Amino acid sequence: MCGIAGICLLRGPGSISVETLYRMTGILRHRGPDESGIYVDDRVGLGHARLSIIDLAGGTQPIPNEDESLWIVFNGEIFNYPELRDTLLSRGHRFKTATDTEVILHLFEEKGPACLSDLNGQFAFAIWDSKAGELFLARDRAGIRPLHYVVTGDRLLFASEIKSIFQDREIPRKFDPEGIDQVFTFWTTLPGKTVFDGVRELPPGHFMQVGSGNIHIRRFWDFSFELPGDQLDWPVGKIADTASELLLDSTRIRLRADVPVGCYLSGGLDSSIIATLVRRNFRNELRTFGVRFEEERFDEGAHQATMVDHLGVLHTEVRVSNMDIGKHFPEAVRHCEKPLLRTAPVPMFLLSDAVRRTGYKVVLTGEGADEIFGGYDIFREALLRRFWSRQPDSRLRPLLLGKLYPYIFNDPRLRNTLQSFFRIGFDRHDDPFYSHRHRWENTSRNRMFFSEEMKRATQGVDGLGDLEQRLPDDFPDWDTLAKAQYLEMVLFLGNYLLSSQGDRVAMAHSLEIRLPYLDYRLVEFLGKVPSKWKIFGMQEKHLLKRMYKDAVPESVVRRPKHPYRAPILEGLFTGNQEEIRTALSESALRKTGMFDPKRVSRLLEKVRRAGQASEVEGMAIAGIASTQILSRQFIEEYPLTADHPLSPIVFVDRRTNSIGSDPDCSFTNT
Amino acid sequence: MTDGAAGSTGVEGMDVPETIKAYVVENFLFGDDSRIGPGTDFLENGILDSTGVLELVGFLEEKFGIRVEDDELVPDNMNSLEKISLYISKKTGKTEPT
Repeated sequence: MCGIAGICLLRGPGSISVETLYRMTGILRHRGPDESGIYVDDRVGLGHARLSIIDLAGGTQPIPNEDESLWIVFNGEIFNYPELRDTLLSRGHRFKTATDTEVILHLFEEKGPACLSDLNGQFAFAIWDSKAGELFLARDRAGIRPLHYVVTGDRLLFASEIKSIFQDREIPRKFDPEGIDQVFTFWTTLPGKTVFDGVRELPPGHFMQVGSGNIHIRRFWDFSFELPGDQLDWPVGKIADTASELLLDSTRIRLRADVPVGCYLSGGLDSSIIATLVRRNFRNELRTFGVRFEEERFDEGAHQATMVDHLGVLHTEVRVSNMDIGKHFPEAVRHCEKPLLRTAPVPMFLLSDAVRRTGYKVVLTGEGADEIFGGYDIFREALLRRFWSRQPDSRLRPLLLGKLYPYIFNDPRLRNTLQSFFRIGFDRHDDPFYSHRHRWENTSRNRMFFSEEMKRATQGVDGLGDLEQRLPDDFPDWDTLAKAQYLEMVLFLGNYLLSSQGDRVAMAHSLEIRLPYLDYRLVEFLGKVPSKWKIFGMQEKHLLKRMYKDAVPESVVRRPKHPYRAPILEGLFTGNQEEIRTALSESALRKTGMFDPKRVSRLLEKVRRAGQASEVEGMAIAGIASTQILSRQFIEEYPLTADHPLSPIVFVDRRTNSIGSDPDCSFTNT
Repeated sequence: MTDGAAGSTGVEGMDVPETIKAYVVENFLFGDDSRIGPGTDFLENGILDSTGVLELVGFLEEKFGIRVEDDELVPDNMNSLEKISLYISKKTGKTEPT
């Protein structure tokens, strides 16, 4: 797991600033603290910061092919690399290292972009074909690893994180109002977009080819679902057996590493299953890690303890206080590089720190299960509303909503209002956003806090319309659950969970996460499984529970779904959180110009008076505070000095006039 | 003292619709009164969520000295400024204002 960066000249040979490349790579040191390497010629510069996990001694990047015409920098893991390597060896390829990195390179030589279909893993990489003068960038199917880019004048810059691209002094640093607007509706930007003007993200499952001044971006994979009539008609037992085999194999190959691999263990079903699979099948000794909360309503300690006893693992828990959340919120925002409507990334940021302190570099996590097996309330809500809409006058059907959301339906005074709320649009079955429209409209209420300038800048912006354009052709024919799953996967999973609660907060402390549930073989298989086996009646993740009911303690299998959340108000306002207070001050709000200072003051005053905030108000406060913090960190006070000195152990200098071209840097050619 | 009609001066000389509007604008729209008219549907327009409904009821009970019964807490009574004003008028017409 690593950080990559690069510069490509789009209109023929010229001069690449090695000093910039150094700074771009150096600022990614948290992603790859072990070593670094640089390649530069007259058209391309590549930088790599390495976290050594496979072939610790021999895996230094950039790595070339046999005749040194291709060079690769790679962030990620290819879990099926031994099998791919065997095939390539039998076809005559010669390897200099034992790495998965080199496997990609030879496979690319063999197949070109089609090599991506063979890769089972989590990756973002760049391959420079110096003979053809073509650069190839690619990103994994689900979007586990990040890859950003900017096209400016005659150059393309790319990097794992935006902060690396901003190390180039010529790149303007300002917000893109449309990107901010999207976050305040969808909780994240739409695929390809970031909140910074001109900075793009290569969407998951896409590759980019750069050559002769042209840039082509193509999709090689997408989440897909069978039409209801074409779904598997197997007995459910056979479906469960196949899914179990796939998950077991997915877990097996994700244990491949030359360093120990641990597991996150939250006390929820998904990570409990992964830890169980590892402990029972592959490791006698397993180390697990989990978050505990000071706030009892967020804490899952009892269930963690059940699993720790059950499996006999060595468990490390990180106790997160309200104070910790506010204290580390700004740092988490800096790593996530987008406004956060929640504080949930912070405990994950603290957990990765604790893991690294034990010496572990790699953990497996349970992320992805809710999306592919149907675990979220929003899925059941969509199915229930649809069921109710078929007999709109039924008195019993709406009562099921109370079973779904007992905590809000507990108050008998609210029942009628809530039913009216869930009734809105329940008969619009052809609405592509049937499942998510309520959530997004609710969230977008917070756009009322935008300043007049922001409102003007986002007038006519149509996020929903943009999203509708991107949906797969046969999407309208998918069933209700499949549609909801797809939206959840491409937006919330791909652009929020895998980054702000995944890669970014783990890599902040040089920790690699691996996600067995997102093995594409399992994801594709579940896309063919009838929805009724995923949500059976009202039971979420029915198939998954059926698969592991005998392997995981009953209390963990049967416990109601407990969404992973962290306190917002208590977190941001406990103690003297100077940085957050300053960010929300009227003068800072006025300076940034994104929000209406008066309206924000009224919100803060209301919340202070009441001592509590509604769900939407909490999101407003977190979103506004994080946007303000982001503005200070990346726009107003962005450090462009070389605070991250780089000492690459590989420096490949192929420039025609390299001597004296960069007086600030002196290197040894290798 | 009340004349029992929505949209007019009601409880102890209070302008009922204006009082409610001021509360909603301050607490749920944070000062933005451009989005709300007498008939604006609170739920359809995302002005109130479930927490907001309870806050509003608390306000009405305190301000107008009424008790909102569980079976009165329905959108027909609470879902717009007009509906609330009408409901308050009916309630305060039946009970002594405090």
